[in-house]
Amino acid sequence: MRLNYPPDIKIVRVPCTGKVDLVHLLHAFEKGVDGVFVVGCLEGDCRYKTGNLRARKRVEQARAILDQVGVGGERVGMYNLSSGEGPRFAQYAMEMDEIIRRLGPNPLKAARKPKAA
Amino acid sequence: MIVADRKPVEEIMDMVKDVSSLLILGCNECVTVCEAGGKKEVAVLASTLRMSFLNQGKEVRVDERTLERQCDHEYLEEIRNIADQYDAVVSLACGVGVQFMAETYPRLPIFPGVNTCFLGVTEERGLWTERCQACGQCILSQTAGVCPISRCAKRLLNGPCGGSTKGKCEINPDLPCAWQLIIDRLAALGRMDDYEQLMPLKDWTTDRAGGPRKVVREDVQS
Repeated sequence: MRLNYPPDIKIVRVPCTGKVDLVHLLHAFEKGVDGVFVVGCLEGDCRYKTGNLRARKRVEQARAILDQVGVGGERVGMYNLSSGEGPRFAQYAMEMDEIIRRLGPNPLKAARKPKAA
Repeated sequence: MIVADRKPVEEIMDMVKDVSSLLILGCNECVTVCEAGGKKEVAVLASTLRMSFLNQGKEVRVDERTLERQCDHEYLEEIRNIADQYDAVVSLACGVGVQFMAETYPRLPIFPGVNTCFLGVTEERGLWTERCQACGQCILSQTAGVCPISRCAKRLLNGPCGGSTKGKCEINPDLPCAWQLIIDRLAALGRMDDYEQLMPLKDWTTDRAGGPRKVVREDVQS
């Protein structure tokens, strides 16, 4: 298929999006990533029944916290697709990339930089 | 177990706004089960606070630790060697743990990270309900194992009252009438004759009305 998607996206593989914990999302932002999107199976199609529904809740929790601390909840998103939908994955990746570029870099990165002497 | 709920992050942020080093201290017991103050909640709160401080340009060290319990001396002693590294501790234990921490470390400010709610059960994940008010004199043998002190809004000993409608309490249509539950269970157990027995006045001196309580067991004291 050889589809293109933005090259600065790092894929972290998990057995099911139900494995993605709230703290994993928060730690990523704490370490300076600009955005995270969680891609799960279609709702109703989870092999473990509710993994993707749980992931969506955690993404919503992460959004609320990131808004609260001033990082911006829009930086985290959740998408659903089936494993056969390569083009849609590429489309979501580009969509998320666009959102993050509009928001700019994670403000914590600038805050962490040592101040000039 | 003791059921607690998370405090709003803004409230916690306000408590710790002036510190430069902070320990978030969880408890592995009840508050872990009710997902308010266990290791996971400690990690989430600590990460939230670290990001918030960083974004405000403040350099604050926020560390995480979860003890087996915060209501026993032996576990509180585990942080004896590190306690003086911190300006304050946010304890995610119930109110008991927060107070015992404060008693154990008199010069260390301890802030509560949860609201302690009641003694209850996990009906399902994310739903905890009250079952006991620790009145100090259990009457469950007379009430077929359903407690009217904790589950009846009026704490009636001889119920139900006139507000019981279709098995629900008048204060909330979702709340089962405790006395309806008692009667149903007495009937199921074939003990409806017991329902005819009027319950005498309860001795409330063992409840909170008698002031803070204690249990002394000389047989197990060393």
